[in-house]
Amino acid sequence: MNKPVIDVQQISKRYEISRQQNASSYRTLQETLLSLPRNLFKKKESTSEFWALQEINFSVSQGERIGIIGRNGAGKSTLLKILSRITAPTRGRIELRGRVASLLEVGTGFHPELTGRENIFMNGSLMGMNKREILSKFDEIVDFAEVEKFIDTPVKRYSSGMYVRLAFAVAAHLEPEILLVDEVLAVGDAQFQKKCLGKMGDVAQHSGRTILFVSHSMAAIENLCNRCVLLAKGRLVIEGETSVVLRQYTQTAQAAQPIGDRNDRKGDGRVRINSFSMKSVEGEIVSTAQSGKEITFQFEINNVTNSALTGVLVAFGLNNLNGVRIAHFNSDLCGMSIDAIPPGACRIKLSLPAIPLIAGRYTLTTFISIKGVVADWVQDAVAIDIDEGDFFGTGRTYSATDGQFYIPHAIEIADSENHDWI
Amino acid sequence: MNKSVVIIEATSFNKLIDFDEIWNYRSLLFQFAKRDVSLRYKQAAMGIAWAILQPLLPAIIFAIVFGKFMKVPSDGQPYLLFVFTGMVMWNFFSQVLLRAGNSLTANANLITKVYFPRIVIPLASTGAVLFDLLVSFVLLVALMFFYNIYPTWRLLFLPLVILLAFISAAGLSFWFSALNVKYRDFMYALPFIVQVWLYATPVVYSSTLVPQQWHILFSLNPAVGLVESARWAILGESGLTAMAFTASITMGILFFVSGLWYFQRMERSFADVI
Repeated sequence: MNKPVIDVQQISKRYEISRQQNASSYRTLQETLLSLPRNLFKKKESTSEFWALQEINFSVSQGERIGIIGRNGAGKSTLLKILSRITAPTRGRIELRGRVASLLEVGTGFHPELTGRENIFMNGSLMGMNKREILSKFDEIVDFAEVEKFIDTPVKRYSSGMYVRLAFAVAAHLEPEILLVDEVLAVGDAQFQKKCLGKMGDVAQHSGRTILFVSHSMAAIENLCNRCVLLAKGRLVIEGETSVVLRQYTQTAQAAQPIGDRNDRKGDGRVRINSFSMKSVEGEIVSTAQSGKEITFQFEINNVTNSALTGVLVAFGLNNLNGVRIAHFNSDLCGMSIDAIPPGACRIKLSLPAIPLIAGRYTLTTFISIKGVVADWVQDAVAIDIDEGDFFGTGRTYSATDGQFYIPHAIEIADSENHDWI
Repeated sequence: MNKSVVIIEATSFNKLIDFDEIWNYRSLLFQFAKRDVSLRYKQAAMGIAWAILQPLLPAIIFAIVFGKFMKVPSDGQPYLLFVFTGMVMWNFFSQVLLRAGNSLTANANLITKVYFPRIVIPLASTGAVLFDLLVSFVLLVALMFFYNIYPTWRLLFLPLVILLAFISAAGLSFWFSALNVKYRDFMYALPFIVQVWLYATPVVYSSTLVPQQWHILFSLNPAVGLVESARWAILGESGLTAMAFTASITMGILFFVSGLWYFQRMERSFADVI
């Protein structure tokens, strides 16, 4: 019988935030000594609890590549820290079958003064390899990291790319039965990221190793993982096939936060989008749009400067639930140059004559720049729900398995070559 | 199936020291110690000579001030040799306290990111200082030749003395490194503690100067046993009674065991507190 390689049972983790410790996270001896007599009389110190994880259950079989996703503070990192035995759970039990290695942050354990060679040995032994194992993999590691020439140079002289490559190379060649990976791919150039993803995928598929991967990058998760666990506020929301979980994640991630309240925006703020609404062709405000129907996206904006701004570019990116950009709208593309944004409040409208999208949820990224300087840029600013609609006017539609877009088309049969079309 | 099963649970205080786990990570222990040693001398022009100079320079100063000017008795040995023997041991002891005491906090980035038996860190720090001790023994031998003093059969006990030094210093390093994680005061208090400790230890003076009735109390300081046992093994004389000597060794072992206990108890919360 095959037992799961990772078996997480009822894992909870509590952090205590002491009232006294608001300034620093550790106590001084003086504080403890002074509070000793007080504590003798008072039973409990006023501490507030914080549950980083609550009753998490899941299991992973051998060779699976499982992704952990969730927003910041969802408990992803805590879970990974417990799995990699960095910190202990408050409750619950985990069984791990096989050698575990965690790749938590690139370059952990690298010392800038040591050479590449010394750091390989240092890093390898940090992950529990012995000298013989490291020696047998040494050439392969150096080759993979592409740092042959600099192997005896202190890593403080490395470029950040070389640094990352070397760090990942050590871990990738470790050959643990279970590999825990956290956000490693956030650094490094795109080409190397691809190589890393490929290597990890290889590792899981060909040698039956298990990978647990924590990431914000939905594209990376989608590429690598066959199954996903979604965490929110320390609890497990859903566990299942990657595409299903990712869809739910994007939906909860939107969290219905109005665009005016979003703080994760970029730009100098001379112009700012404050609210959003959708209007049907009849001029009514609607909450969903329909495939094939005309729709207008309406943004209330505010020019906080006292003068009219010229040289305006307004752009929108349309993304699907997997975070993939599927279309782009832009005032230059459609030839509608905007003369100026007057001071104070005004409105931007984006109209689509016939929505060519299949039913589902999408997001719009908004972008406004003035003379090439970004004024307001919000990723996934608003969510747009598209209902099924009669795009072709035939009463027939199709679903995501057949395609993502509806494109007007004609199919005809011609008699023979010699006949001209009328 | 050769797969090892790791169980992670809320409480897992089962043994004082997990020898298997440390053995599995022996290569890390070695790498840490090697890194400590090589980083210390990497960009120093005089390199390894510092290992000798560190105990030698204060020994020379003490020899001038206490030996020449104040004529402190030295059990009939040349004062410089007497004080250098003491200084070599003391230097080992104090360096372990200072280095190992800060070792966990200095490696905070590793502790919050990678799993390994935490005890490897203070152990490796102690091991790295042990390297310095061995290097300074070379100079000690040269000094003995210079003064025409030859070791007796008691020198055979030197490895035992070093083992004893390692055990008591490591025990204290477990205490101080773990305490330092929780109470950063120790970072500031340690240099001061070490300074006072030096005068509580018979480095510049002989234990014979301590009144007999205080000997046992005096010997509760494990450093006393280290310095005196080194003098006994190398110079052949010691101002300590067997009784006081036993007390000192017992304290050293007590520190080691209690240090392991405290370290093991605190270990699992290091990553949350550090």
